Amino acid sequence: MVPILKQGRYLIATIPTALTDADLERLRDGLVAQVGRCRSRGVIVDITALDVMDSFAVRTVRDIAHMTRLRGAEMVIVGIQPEVAFSMVELGLTLQDVHTALDLEEGLALLDKRTKLVGH
Amino acid sequence: MGRERRGAVASARLPAAPRPERRAAVDLPDETSIPVRSDADVILARQKGRELAAALGFGPADLTFVATAISELTRNIVLYAKRGLIVLKRIEQNGNLGIMVVARDDGPGIPNVPRALESGFSTSGGLGLGLPGVRRLTDEFDIVSEVGRGTTVTVKKWTR
Repeated sequence: MVPILKQGRYLIATIPTALTDADLERLRDGLVAQVGRCRSRGVIVDITALDVMDSFAVRTVRDIAHMTRLRGAEMVIVGIQPEVAFSMVELGLTLQDVHTALDLEEGLALLDKRTKLVGH
Repeated sequence: MGRERRGAVASARLPAAPRPERRAAVDLPDETSIPVRSDADVILARQKGRELAAALGFGPADLTFVATAISELTRNIVLYAKRGLIVLKRIEQNGNLGIMVVARDDGPGIPNVPRALESGFSTSGGLGLGLPGVRRLTDEFDIVSEVGRGTTVTVKKWTR
């Protein structure tokens, strides 16, 4: 189970090295629900530790981004490792309409910028 | 409760068991079979594959390629055949080391293999089988599938 941390108006989920499909779907459902409960404006999913981004993981991450956006929050994926990026490109997997940032710090900065834009 | 206690005492008297997980990577067996029944086995198979590939001397990018290919192949078994087998094998050819992954199931089979190898690549993680991706991540790719009988995918990746 992935814990979801609340930091101000953002939610942060840090994915462990390996996550089963069922756990990833539970995280998706948890984030979509928590965005409402915490009235969050942004969500960060940190995949720094994740060993593999295969087609299922990419699809679910994209679903999380779309669903949380429909609930009024922006999502940023942070921490995609070089090897993971490399294999995603080889697999033809993209995260075209999902925001990404290098790490947690950059992700928070991006959310600050984007939620400010949305707020005005 | 009494039974639990007896069990605890009995196991406490056993001599310390050798801890296989602490063996050096080079002592990994040449061949490992992983029965596949649930999505937890997807994780297990790709971790075992990464271990074997690391012991063979693959670099970080190739390790991720191998793990990702195994992840896709194992998930196909879980999704489409419910159960099957992943075999990981150390291979050697003219002094070149490699890993062979065989994903076998007795599931429904793939009606149109050429199409399964085409579609999916551009679907960016759609509901395709991910086979074109697996093919791109590995050096050699072979598939035998018969409707009603099952599918066997064999891939090889060489260290150089």
